[in-house]
Amino acid sequence: MPELVRLTIDGKAVEAEKGTLLIEAARQAGIEIPSFCYYEGLTLQAACRMCLVEVEKTPKLQVGCTLPVAEGMVVRTDSAVVKEARKGTREFLLTNHPLDCPVCDKGGECELQDMVFRYGAAESRFTERKLHVDEKQWSPVVYFDAPRCILCYRCVRICNEGMGVGALGVSDRGVISEIIPNHYDHLECDECGACIDICPVGALTSGIYRYQTRPWEMNHVGTICTHCADGCRTTLGVRNEKIIRGNNRDRSGINGEFLCIKGRYAFDFAGHPDRLQSPMIRQTGGFEPVSWSKALEVIAGRFQNVKARGGKFGIIGSNHTTNEENFFLAKLARQGLGTQNVDHHRTGDLATFFDALSGRKEALATTGDLYTAKAVLVVGSDLAQQHPLLSYQVRANFRHHNAHIYTVTIGPVREDHQSAGAVRVERGGEVAGAWSLREKLKAETSLVIVFGDAIQGDGLRKLVAFGDSLGIPVKYVCLVDYSNSRGAFDMGVIPRNGGMSREQMLAAADLDVLWVIGANPLKNAALASEDAFVVVQDLFMTETARRADVLLPAASAYEKSGTVTNVCGEVQKLKAAIKVMGAKTDLEIFGLIAKEMGLNLGIWLPDRVFEEIRKSVHGYNVPLPVVATGGAAPTAPLNGHVAMLPGAIQSACDTLFTSGSLSRYSNILNSVMEAPGAVYAGEKRAGGQ
Amino acid sequence: MLYNEPSPLETRVVSKRFGLPNSASLDTFLATGGFEAFHKAREMKPEQIIEEVKVSALRGRGGAGFPTGLKWSFVPRNSPKPKYIIVNADESEPGTCKDRLLMEYDPHQLIEGILIAALAVDSHAGYIYIRGEYRYLIELMDRAIAEAYAKGYLGQNIAGTGWDFDLYTHSGAGAYECGEETALLDSIEGKRGIPRMKPPFPAVAGAWGCPTLLNNVETFSAVPAIIRDGGKAFADLGTPKNGGTRLVCISGHVNKPGVYELPLGYPMMKAINEVAGGIPHGRKLKAVVPGGSSCPLLRAEECDIAMDYDTLAKAGSMLGSGGMVVMDETTDMVRVALRIMRFYAHESCGWCIPCREGTAWLRKILSRMVEGNGRREDVALLGELSKNMLGRTFCALGDAAAMPTMSIVEKFAEDFEKYLVPEAVLV
Repeated sequence: MPELVRLTIDGKAVEAEKGTLLIEAARQAGIEIPSFCYYEGLTLQAACRMCLVEVEKTPKLQVGCTLPVAEGMVVRTDSAVVKEARKGTREFLLTNHPLDCPVCDKGGECELQDMVFRYGAAESRFTERKLHVDEKQWSPVVYFDAPRCILCYRCVRICNEGMGVGALGVSDRGVISEIIPNHYDHLECDECGACIDICPVGALTSGIYRYQTRPWEMNHVGTICTHCADGCRTTLGVRNEKIIRGNNRDRSGINGEFLCIKGRYAFDFAGHPDRLQSPMIRQTGGFEPVSWSKALEVIAGRFQNVKARGGKFGIIGSNHTTNEENFFLAKLARQGLGTQNVDHHRTGDLATFFDALSGRKEALATTGDLYTAKAVLVVGSDLAQQHPLLSYQVRANFRHHNAHIYTVTIGPVREDHQSAGAVRVERGGEVAGAWSLREKLKAETSLVIVFGDAIQGDGLRKLVAFGDSLGIPVKYVCLVDYSNSRGAFDMGVIPRNGGMSREQMLAAADLDVLWVIGANPLKNAALASEDAFVVVQDLFMTETARRADVLLPAASAYEKSGTVTNVCGEVQKLKAAIKVMGAKTDLEIFGLIAKEMGLNLGIWLPDRVFEEIRKSVHGYNVPLPVVATGGAAPTAPLNGHVAMLPGAIQSACDTLFTSGSLSRYSNILNSVMEAPGAVYAGEKRAGGQ
Repeated sequence: MLYNEPSPLETRVVSKRFGLPNSASLDTFLATGGFEAFHKAREMKPEQIIEEVKVSALRGRGGAGFPTGLKWSFVPRNSPKPKYIIVNADESEPGTCKDRLLMEYDPHQLIEGILIAALAVDSHAGYIYIRGEYRYLIELMDRAIAEAYAKGYLGQNIAGTGWDFDLYTHSGAGAYECGEETALLDSIEGKRGIPRMKPPFPAVAGAWGCPTLLNNVETFSAVPAIIRDGGKAFADLGTPKNGGTRLVCISGHVNKPGVYELPLGYPMMKAINEVAGGIPHGRKLKAVVPGGSSCPLLRAEECDIAMDYDTLAKAGSMLGSGGMVVMDETTDMVRVALRIMRFYAHESCGWCIPCREGTAWLRKILSRMVEGNGRREDVALLGELSKNMLGRTFCALGDAAAMPTMSIVEKFAEDFEKYLVPEAVLV
């Protein structure tokens, strides 16, 4: 039972846990103590002096953001002295702050504006010349306007502590103090934009969003980022059917305010001019745009034909499509087309994973577990590049709870900085590397093991055996890439019961139909069957699309509803933010093809399909209210043994600035000058998207 | 070369070797009673050493005047972490020039004081943080330290007593704020010189998170005399609770500016008129900065006062760092205010809003006034803005900027008149 402390704030009796900061205790009691530099989760500063309050029996005003509550404390946050102090501090702050509101992006969301409106001092007695320095651009993403900066140092702290990058610092002193980037005139960093979002004023603004709109003109849609498997909530700001910005300032979602550059800014692929907007049929000489009904007629006709004569289908599903789409596709393939040849680009050995952990409770870690576990072991992955949210959780766990972090990798990774044991191995030596940490790990009280694609098949079973040998509670995360690889596996887009794997389909010279949905297998591989009828559903004219006989324009994740399952098995709901002309969602396309073929596979509305999923897919009987209200529901598909699957497991080896085909069409990802992620990105192998 | 002619009115304790030939050499030091105190302290228990310092009523000579014995008692001697002695030689308070003399003319006395402190708190390593502008002094201090090492008075088994201690100098880089003890600690650790939140206090968690004893050069330099002759003897030189003597740096409109060692409680007018030879050209006294520019200034009428910590505090000012600046009737107090504010605006570390913006704003107002564009409301504004800084800043620099300004506005309002532009006449 935590010890409670009783105190009085503004005459109100308040109870708070011992050790709570006064500013937090007040907030819990519904009393706001204004502050700029205080930020939950970052180190305390007491720099801005906005939170000064009166505490009985102390002569000087006390700093609310660093003072822990004490029994019997009597606090006044609304007395004349406090009001005067706040007004004075605000007046000081506004002396050099330029009156840029009309041209400043932050207008309408600015904490300084809010404070002035709430607490006064809009009129200043300052009649001297303000300090001025010109605005600077530090990178394609980050712009900095020094006069607007109030030197709260949130950006410095979030970059250093939160992100573990430390690309921002302070130069000079006194009133000419200025935030500077790590390369003096430009930034080389993750370009995540955390500094921009955390800035209370408009000193840091984003190159993508600048001057485009006012916040109240946008409609904000909270959906799940479509780039990596971490499943961050990104709240997209939409105006006139165009996505203008993304952030997660409302802290909804498993990621709180964390987002990487992909989640924050790389939505721009959706509006790329090369988006396919019409179904097309191959003729001699090129593609001819046709109507949807014509295209579907051709597809359905051919599918029925091949099915009737017992021909060979090959279906390659997507790592990005929703659970509903994957479920329906699996049904369409098996029941509708009578084929088991269904697969997707498998980036983690989930089959062995679920088999090895079969029947256990509490063996799967959620993203939250990475923040609360006493120890974390990272094997074979550069989390900061490939799973930035997981990296953030691990780092925050270290910072806030002094968790022990261990790494076993082929090269230096960011987690090495916080590591209680960093082991360097050659590829293939990961399990042995884990064993070398055994003594330290045995002494932990709980552990989460996170591992990449180097751990697969037999190696995965050995890793689980290692975990078991420690004699402590261990949870696991089998890393996969792309936004819904888990969903693709869980919904059955896998070659069960002797079906052909992706490689086998491409190599089969007698393949009659190759149906590719949201994937690009022909980027690095050839299709053996020259006579195969190729149907492709995608957003862009990829290498695979170029080979299509019928090409259908599909909608991206930001244009549809449905659910996706993240790398830790948490199911979250997508919400459509925009519509793109001509494109249809993959679910609708599947439904229309089924209808055209005269098949009855059920209603293809996302909500109805999800109901079916909850009833019939193992581990997906999640509470509907959790998912429906935007929460993350952990799935637990760990009962019953899973048959092994043919085909290779290969990570996408993405970095912060790549995400398969999608990133090729993101202007911002192609504008940044950094080229990080050498440790595992260099491992990109054939078969990737 | 001597610093200034000594005055027969001085009571020379810490400055007793000033003026001796080769006063800085270890031989001179040992020949004049040096290291006796250390040997004596080596036979004492740490609690006894601290008690002796408490009895002496020695208070911090850097400016804040905190009772030294009490500060020493805060260091957890039994902590498993290493304990550090840090000497604040960042002498930057305007008007102050005493620590430089102690380091130049009697460095071994300082070292002895450090070693006695080390015995009191079980420390085996210390750093002297010397302001970067004192480049020549760092060399002198290094030479003295090297001499001590060479002859066995630093390092292992000091003077055969079995005590180990290593001493280093560390250079500052031109920031007044690094004289603030926690900013000094950050600076020594290689970070920006920004002060830290207190608690934790340096005595408990200071340099590199370890218990740290941090005092001014003059404070450490007084310790050997206290141990050798007893705390009571030292205390009796001064007034109750304000023991001993201190180096007073008298500058400004006086015939004999210089550094003089006077007992605590010495009458200020006697110091000005007799020790410093009075004001030249027979002019009248107008104002005095009693102990460094961070103190409220005194009007001439207020200067008939005993110079110790408590008396000056009761009079609404401070004994401070001992940097006394005497100003005669020709002094333009507005220009004094501007000169002071330019210093604080330049030295503000920039961490907190009231000091960073306040000092800059005050400087701008004062500049504008001196240039001839002052308005009547500016005078009151100066006072109000200073009040908005007082007690609201992260460290004492904000107070140090506010207090002299407020005192000038309150006590010398008439000096502002000639800078005020006559109100525009509406025709």
